[in-house]
Amino acid sequence: MSSETQKILTTDGIPLEISLKKAEKKNKIKAFLLVAPLLLFIIITYIFPIGEMFTRSIDDRMITNMLPKTFKAMETWDGKELPPEEVFASFLADFKVLAEKKEHGKLGQRLNKEKNGFNTILKKLWRKMNKFEDGNTKEQIMEIHKRFRDVKYWQAIKRTAPPYTMAKYLKGMDMYYDEDGNVTQVEKDRRIHRILWLRTLEIAVVVTILCFLMGYPIAHLLAVLPMKYSNLLMICVLLPFWTSLLVRTASWMILLQQQGIVNDFFVMIGLVADDNRPEMMYNKTGTYIAMTQILLPFMVLPLYSVMKTISPSLMRAGKSLGGTPFVAFWKVYFPLTIPGIGAGCLLVFILAIGYYITPALVGGASGTLISNQIAYHMKETLDWSFASAMGLMLLTGVLAVYWVYNKLVGIDNIKLG
Amino acid sequence: MSVNKEFVKFDKVDKSYDGKVLVVKDLQLNIAEGEFVTMLGPSGSGKTTCLMMLAGFETPTNGEIYLDGNAISSIPPHKRGIGMVFQNYALFPHMTVYENLAFPLRVRKIPKDEADKKIDKALSMVSLQGFASRMPGQLSGGQQQRVAVARSLVFDPQLVLMDEPLGALDKNLRESMQYEIKHIHESIGVTVVYVTHDQSEALTMSNRIAVFNDGKVQQLSSPDELYEKPVNSFVAEFIGENNTFSGEVSDISGGKCKVKLSNAEILANPIRVKGKGEKTIVSLRPERALINPNDKMDNIHKGKIEEVIYHGDHTRVRINLLGNSEFILKVPNSSSNLDIKLGNEIKIGWNSEDARALDPK
Repeated sequence: MSSETQKILTTDGIPLEISLKKAEKKNKIKAFLLVAPLLLFIIITYIFPIGEMFTRSIDDRMITNMLPKTFKAMETWDGKELPPEEVFASFLADFKVLAEKKEHGKLGQRLNKEKNGFNTILKKLWRKMNKFEDGNTKEQIMEIHKRFRDVKYWQAIKRTAPPYTMAKYLKGMDMYYDEDGNVTQVEKDRRIHRILWLRTLEIAVVVTILCFLMGYPIAHLLAVLPMKYSNLLMICVLLPFWTSLLVRTASWMILLQQQGIVNDFFVMIGLVADDNRPEMMYNKTGTYIAMTQILLPFMVLPLYSVMKTISPSLMRAGKSLGGTPFVAFWKVYFPLTIPGIGAGCLLVFILAIGYYITPALVGGASGTLISNQIAYHMKETLDWSFASAMGLMLLTGVLAVYWVYNKLVGIDNIKLG
Repeated sequence: MSVNKEFVKFDKVDKSYDGKVLVVKDLQLNIAEGEFVTMLGPSGSGKTTCLMMLAGFETPTNGEIYLDGNAISSIPPHKRGIGMVFQNYALFPHMTVYENLAFPLRVRKIPKDEADKKIDKALSMVSLQGFASRMPGQLSGGQQQRVAVARSLVFDPQLVLMDEPLGALDKNLRESMQYEIKHIHESIGVTVVYVTHDQSEALTMSNRIAVFNDGKVQQLSSPDELYEKPVNSFVAEFIGENNTFSGEVSDISGGKCKVKLSNAEILANPIRVKGKGEKTIVSLRPERALINPNDKMDNIHKGKIEEVIYHGDHTRVRINLLGNSEFILKVPNSSSNLDIKLGNEIKIGWNSEDARALDPK
């Protein structure tokens, strides 16, 4: 009885909740249809490719598909001593199937990456296997080469059994699985990726700081100038936006090269000797200069939008209460611009950390970033799974920055415009 | 202890922003210590500019401003020690009420326990004890206003400037805040310069009012004098309600003048007219004219009632009198005034002393 009376009914006797849902349904469908194109677009162009990248980066099913019988036989093998006859027989059977499809070479190359010397002995096996007699496969295979008698080679095959591997991620951090399956560092002089990660981080941080130092006064001036001057200045800030990124980078190349305009000017005013012109390009300096200029608007715009909302009477209040102009700025104005600083720095840092064209053109050997390495593996070595792995590592890094920012400043405090 | 009559002194101050138009012209203004002076005027009359020059955010183009005998034009705002309440309160939104009040004390390096005492005192003055840890955004408009007042007073300035501080509040709150600010002024004796465009606010709060128009002080006097004895037609029209007759002086004698209107002649008090033939506007407050006048009044005329508007305690009656169809009368609602009906002809009278013959504009 009590539950009956508690249920609120509309005038027509329909339960209120149901009536409300009915009334709101049309609006909900409308709202969903309005966002549907964007949702679909994001799923197709963003979420799906990232998922694809992720699977590609950990995918290791090639050998699994090539040696199905072998892995089935290996399930019972403990991996300590040489495998039993059954494994040898299955391996030979799988290998014969591959040889018919002319794919045995691929297997050799792939296994060679796990353990050096596989390619040679598999080629030898391919030449001799037709003379094999039925039965006692283990003995016959072991006869071909002494490496087949080495348990380590069989362990290497077993290691490739899981369809997924983190090897590409380890490679991105200059590490690999050694023959015993332990994570090991590569030799010191071959650790190129770690240098690249650190350099990417360093360049992104320095560019962010440079952008902040230059963007803050500009944004402040934009916010306080009368409309007719601030519009002109705004155009100056936005003008680079309207020029192609490639054109801007190319013009930096003209400006910064050793016989370029900037160097000519330095020589003219006597800052440097003619025969001792500094190299401002094809190194970090070039990357810093060009990237700072290109990313500056991303710092200025959020700062400007925040500063525009700060009433000038606040600074006046600070001064009239006895604060020197600096105190009024530091205690009153600056804290109020933090949401803009956060937004600008986050934006510039995230863009900088994945920057590609500019460092590729003006960076030279010491000014290239991890994204250039990713592009190299996409286009030159065609190691897409490694490129995917590094791309995802970059994405994780960006998300980590975002997380830290959220913890420090709070993402709700961000103001992009 | 003698009161400094020239605590604040504007001496021949001119101000121009663009080098073409003078916003403030030849301003001469003395404010005594402990006085509550209001600068009243329409927008664009230069009153806020004067306040900003006093606070130090604008520099006089010509002339000098003195505070307690010292020229202050070259002293930056933060060294003037003048408290200020801004139009939109200008509370620091990222600081609590306590931190807002502590700001002027902290920059003056006042020890914390002493500062805490001052803050407590200032908050109790505006009855906001217990609000110290709130953020300004959590306060209502009236509360923010009080915090702004408390902040401008917490460092014991000798002079406090208020720039239309009640403009954003609703009517009831505005009125109660007027009394509150007036009482604070009376209890601590600080000098206040107050800017507003609301005449009733000015009349309620001030010791003296400076009426600004067109960059000049039109009249500087006490509220009653301003209302009863305006010196020119702008002040007469700007402060309170006003009935006017424009005409020409036909005779001046014995402290009275005759003013010839288009179809009649009235007696008036010559304030700004000196001789025959001068054009003039005669100003008369609505409450100074009576219906059914006694015979002692020296102006008695007949008019026709054109409109009657009921206002509760009184009735406004619009009358066509001597060619002025906008003549307003305020009649108290009592049973003796039952003949006030649309279209009736009634007798109206006033003393010539109350009809001030001013400049013709």
